[in-house]
Amino acid sequence: MRSTDKTTEAARVMSICNACRYCEGHCAVFQAMELRLEFNADTVDYLANLCHNCGACYHNCQYAPPHEFALNVPAAMAELRQENYGVYAWPGFMGKLFVNNGLWVSLLSIIVITLFAITTAQLTGNDFFSAHANAFYGVIPHNVLAGLFGAVGLFVLLALTLSCIKFWRAMQLPNPLRLNYRQVGQGIKNALTLKYLDGGNGQGCSYPDETPSMARRWFHQFTFWGFMLCFAATSTGTILHYGFDLPAPYGFVSLPKLFGILGGLGLIIGPLGLLALKIKADPTPKGKTNKGMDVSFLVLLMLSAATGLGLMLLRDTSLVGITLCIHLGVVLTLFLSMPYGKFVHGFYRLIALVVFAVETQDHKAIVGTPKTDTQTKIKAA
Amino acid sequence: MKTLHDHYDVLVAGGGQAGLIAAIVAAEKGAKVCLLEGAPRTYRGGNTRHTRNLRPLHIGPLSVLSGTYDEAEYWEDLLRVTKGKTNEKLARMTLRKSAEAVSWLEQRGVQFQPPLGGTLHLGRTNAFFMGGGKQLLNALYRHAEKLGIEVHYDAMVTAIEIENGTFKRLHVGDHVISANAFVAAAGGFEANVEWLKEAWGDIAENFLIRGTPYNRGGLLRLLLDHGAQQIGEPNQCHAVAIDGRAPKFDGGICTRVDCVSLGVVVNENAERFYDEGEDFWPKRYAIWGRLVADQPNQVAHVIIDQKSKGGFMPPVFPATTANSIDELARKIGLDADILQKTIADFNAAVQPGAFDHTTLDGLCTNGLAVNKTNWARPIDQPPYSAYSLRPGITFTYLGVEVTEKAAMKMADGSLSPNIFAAGEIMAGNVLGQGYLAGIGMTIGNVFGRIAGSEAADYALNR
Ligand SMILES: Cc1cc2nc3c(=O)[nH]c(=O)nc-3n(C[C@H](O)[C@H](O)[C@H](O)COP(=O)(O)OP(=O)(O)OC[C@H]3O[C@@H](n4cnc5c(N)ncnc54)[C@H](O)[C@@H]3O)c2cc1C
Ligand code: SF4
Ligand code: SF4
Repeated sequence: MRSTDKTTEAARVMSICNACRYCEGHCAVFQAMELRLEFNADTVDYLANLCHNCGACYHNCQYAPPHEFALNVPAAMAELRQENYGVYAWPGFMGKLFVNNGLWVSLLSIIVITLFAITTAQLTGNDFFSAHANAFYGVIPHNVLAGLFGAVGLFVLLALTLSCIKFWRAMQLPNPLRLNYRQVGQGIKNALTLKYLDGGNGQGCSYPDETPSMARRWFHQFTFWGFMLCFAATSTGTILHYGFDLPAPYGFVSLPKLFGILGGLGLIIGPLGLLALKIKADPTPKGKTNKGMDVSFLVLLMLSAATGLGLMLLRDTSLVGITLCIHLGVVLTLFLSMPYGKFVHGFYRLIALVVFAVETQDHKAIVGTPKTDTQTKIKAA
Repeated sequence: MKTLHDHYDVLVAGGGQAGLIAAIVAAEKGAKVCLLEGAPRTYRGGNTRHTRNLRPLHIGPLSVLSGTYDEAEYWEDLLRVTKGKTNEKLARMTLRKSAEAVSWLEQRGVQFQPPLGGTLHLGRTNAFFMGGGKQLLNALYRHAEKLGIEVHYDAMVTAIEIENGTFKRLHVGDHVISANAFVAAAGGFEANVEWLKEAWGDIAENFLIRGTPYNRGGLLRLLLDHGAQQIGEPNQCHAVAIDGRAPKFDGGICTRVDCVSLGVVVNENAERFYDEGEDFWPKRYAIWGRLVADQPNQVAHVIIDQKSKGGFMPPVFPATTANSIDELARKIGLDADILQKTIADFNAAVQPGAFDHTTLDGLCTNGLAVNKTNWARPIDQPPYSAYSLRPGITFTYLGVEVTEKAAMKMADGSLSPNIFAAGEIMAGNVLGQGYLAGIGMTIGNVFGRIAGSEAADYALNR
C-alpha cells in the first residue's frame, strides 16, 4: 500500500485524535476514526474525503501549533486529498495535473477561448461581429457544437467513471447491486444536505474563522444546485432538440430557460460567496499545496454562468460572436478540467459518505481493513 | 504591555474559564473591566484549554443532559471522592448553582455536544463541550471582546499591592494598574516544579504536567505572602499515571494510558506493586499517579498481551512490542529474569472464570503478595506490549480560602472587601482531595460568576 509524507502525516494526526476524541461531535471524520486503531493509506484517503475542511477541529484543537504535537487536521486532510485525487485519477498519468491545477486551468482557458475566437472568426469571416437570424447557431452550427461537446463530454464521463471505480474499489464497497440502499440513502442525504458543514449541532462550521457560521453551507448549496439546474437546462434543451424537434432559441417560459436562469444565478451567487469566504478565511487550516485548485474551479463555474447569462442577453446583438466564443471557451475548459480538478471532490465525498453510513450503521470499519473472505474470493475468481 | 487606562472598575488576573466568566459577568453589570492573561494568545486559557466537560446538577433532562442528577446524588459523589475533605456549605452551594452553568454558557455562544452514544459519553452527569475546552474559550473570548472587555495577553501579574486586606494595584512587569476590585483566577501552581518539590521532595522532578506551563502559582504565592488564608495541603492534587513519553507540559488528555486494568503493572525492579483490577479504570485512574510517584524513579510499565489489544482507548504513543517476555524486558530496560518470574508467578496464580471487562468479573489471582482482584487473565499470548508510565499532575488543590461570595479570607480572620477568587486558585475549598470528573470546571463556572458579580457590585458601589 502507498506510503507517502501525506499519508504518514494524516495517520499521525489521526492517532493523536483517536487518543483525544474531543472533536467527535464535529463531523464524520472523527466518528469514522473511532472505529479504527490503525490508519493505512486507504483509511486516510477515506477520512480525507470525509473532511469538508470546515476548520472547526483546527480552531478548537488543544494541540494546534505552536503545541509540540502541531496538529492541523484540516490541512493534513486537504493536502492528502490533493495527493489522492491524483492517485485515483484516470488515466493515471493525468493525475499529475492536480499539483499545479490553477496554473494549467488558467492557461487552458486562455488557449481554448482564443482557439474558439480564431476559428469562428475564420469561419464566419466578416459576419463575426454581426447579429444573426438564428442567434448563436448562426455563428457556430448546432451540429458542430453538439459534436465537439458530445465528444469532450463522453471523455469526461469515461474519465470520471473510471476514477470513481478506482476509488470505490479502494473504499471496499461491494458491487452496486449488493449495496444496502437504505444505508446508501443516508449517505446521499448527508452529502446533499452538507450535513458535516453544520459544526455538529446545527450552528455551522468554523469558516471563514472560528465563529460558527452557516455561510459556507449556504453558498455551497447555491453552487451545487446552480450547477444541477444548469445541467438540467442543457439536458432538457437536448431532449427538446432531438426528441421533439424543437431547436433553440427557447422562450423565457420554457424549461431550458427557467432552469438556465435560476441555475445561472445560483452559479454566480454561490461561487462568488465561496470565493469571498475563501479570501477572508484563515489560510492555516487549508494546507499548503492546493495551488489554486479551488479558486480555478469556482472561477470557471462562475464565469460559465455569467457568460451564459450574458449570451442570453446579447444573442441578438452584434456581440453574439465574441460572447459565444468566450462562453464556449470557458465551458469547454470547465469540462476538460472536471476529471482533473476540484470537481472530483463531489464524487469522492459522496462515496466516502456512503461508506460512512454503512460503517456507522454496521458499527464496523470497512475501509483499510483486511478484505473479508468473500471479497477476496470474488477478486480471485 | 500597555493598558488603555491606569484604573479599572474590575481587574481580573487569569484568562481561563474562571477569569473569563468573572470578567464577562462584571462587564455585563456595567463595570469597566480589564483581563490579564499571563500566557500568549495562542496558549490562552490555561488548563481550561484541555478540558472536555463539566458536571452540572439537573432535575430532569436538560439541554444536552439526560435523566436527573440531583443534589443528593451529586453531594454523595463529592463526599465519596473527597472523603469529607470539603466545605459542605460552599460545596452544596456550588452544586446548586451548577444547574445554571450550561444555559449560562450557551447564551454566550458556547456549544455543547448533543448525546452521540460514542465511546466516552457520560450523557447524564457531564455536559461535553463541542470540540473541547478550547471551543468554550474561543466563544467566551469573542463574547468578552464584544462586551468591550480589555484583554491583554503575555500579561503575567508579577506583584500586587494590598493594604489592610484591600486591593490597591498590581504590577505586570513595570506596568502598574489599579482597580476598585480584583478577581484572582490565575490557576494553581502545578507547573512550578520548585514549588511541587517543596511538597513532594526531589521526586517531583520526574512528574509530568498535563496542563499549561503558565500556571506557576505566581499570583497564589503573592496572595499568600500578603496574608491570605491558605486552604489545602501543598501535596494535594489530581495526579494520574500517564504515558512516560508525554511532553513535560501540556500533554493534555491524549497521553492517558487506558489498559492498566487489562494487564499487569510492574516497576523498575520488574515487580508488581498494586492491584490493577481493584475497580473500573475511570474510578481508579486518579490513584495511579500517586502509586507511580512512590515507585523507584517514578516509573512503571503496563504489560498486556495480544488478547487485550483493541479493548481499550487507543493510546497516543505506540507500545513497545516483543514476541517474548524476555525480549520485552530487554527492550524496556528491565531485568529479564525477574520480569519473566513476575509474569510466570502471576499467570500461575490466575484462577479460572469468565472474563468480562464490563463488570467486576471476579476473575482474580490467588496467593500472590499483590493479587489482582478482577480481570486477571494470564499474560501468555504474544506479541506482548508495554507502555511506560509516569505521574501526570493535573492540578493542585492548595489555594486561598473564600466565602460563599467568593470573597478572599485573610489569615487574621478578616475578609478582604475587594479581592475575590475563582477557579483552580480556590478549588481546594470544595475539593480537599480526590477528584470528580467535571467538577473543576463546575467550580470555576460557579465561582467565576459569583466573583464577577460581587466585584462589579463593590466597584460600582452597589
Ligand atoms: C488535561 C486536563 C484535563 C482536564 N479535564 C477537565 C474536565 O474535563 N473537566 C473539568 O471540570 N476539569 C478538567 N480539568 C481541570 C480544569 O482544567 C480546571 O479545573 C479549570 O480549567 C480551572 O480553570 P481556571 O480558570 O481556574 O484555571 P486555568 O484555566 O488554568 O486558567 C488560569 C489562567 O491563569 C493564567 N495565569 C497564571 N498565572 C498568572 C499570573 N500571574 N498573571 C496572569 N495570569 C496568570 C494562566 O495563563 C491561565 O490561562 C482538566 C485539567 C487538565 C490539565
Ligand atoms: S483535532 Fe485536536 S482536539 Fe480535536 S480530536 Fe484531534 S487532537 Fe483532539
Ligand atoms: S475540518 Fe471540519 S470536516 Fe474536516 S475533520 Fe475537521 S471538523 Fe471535520
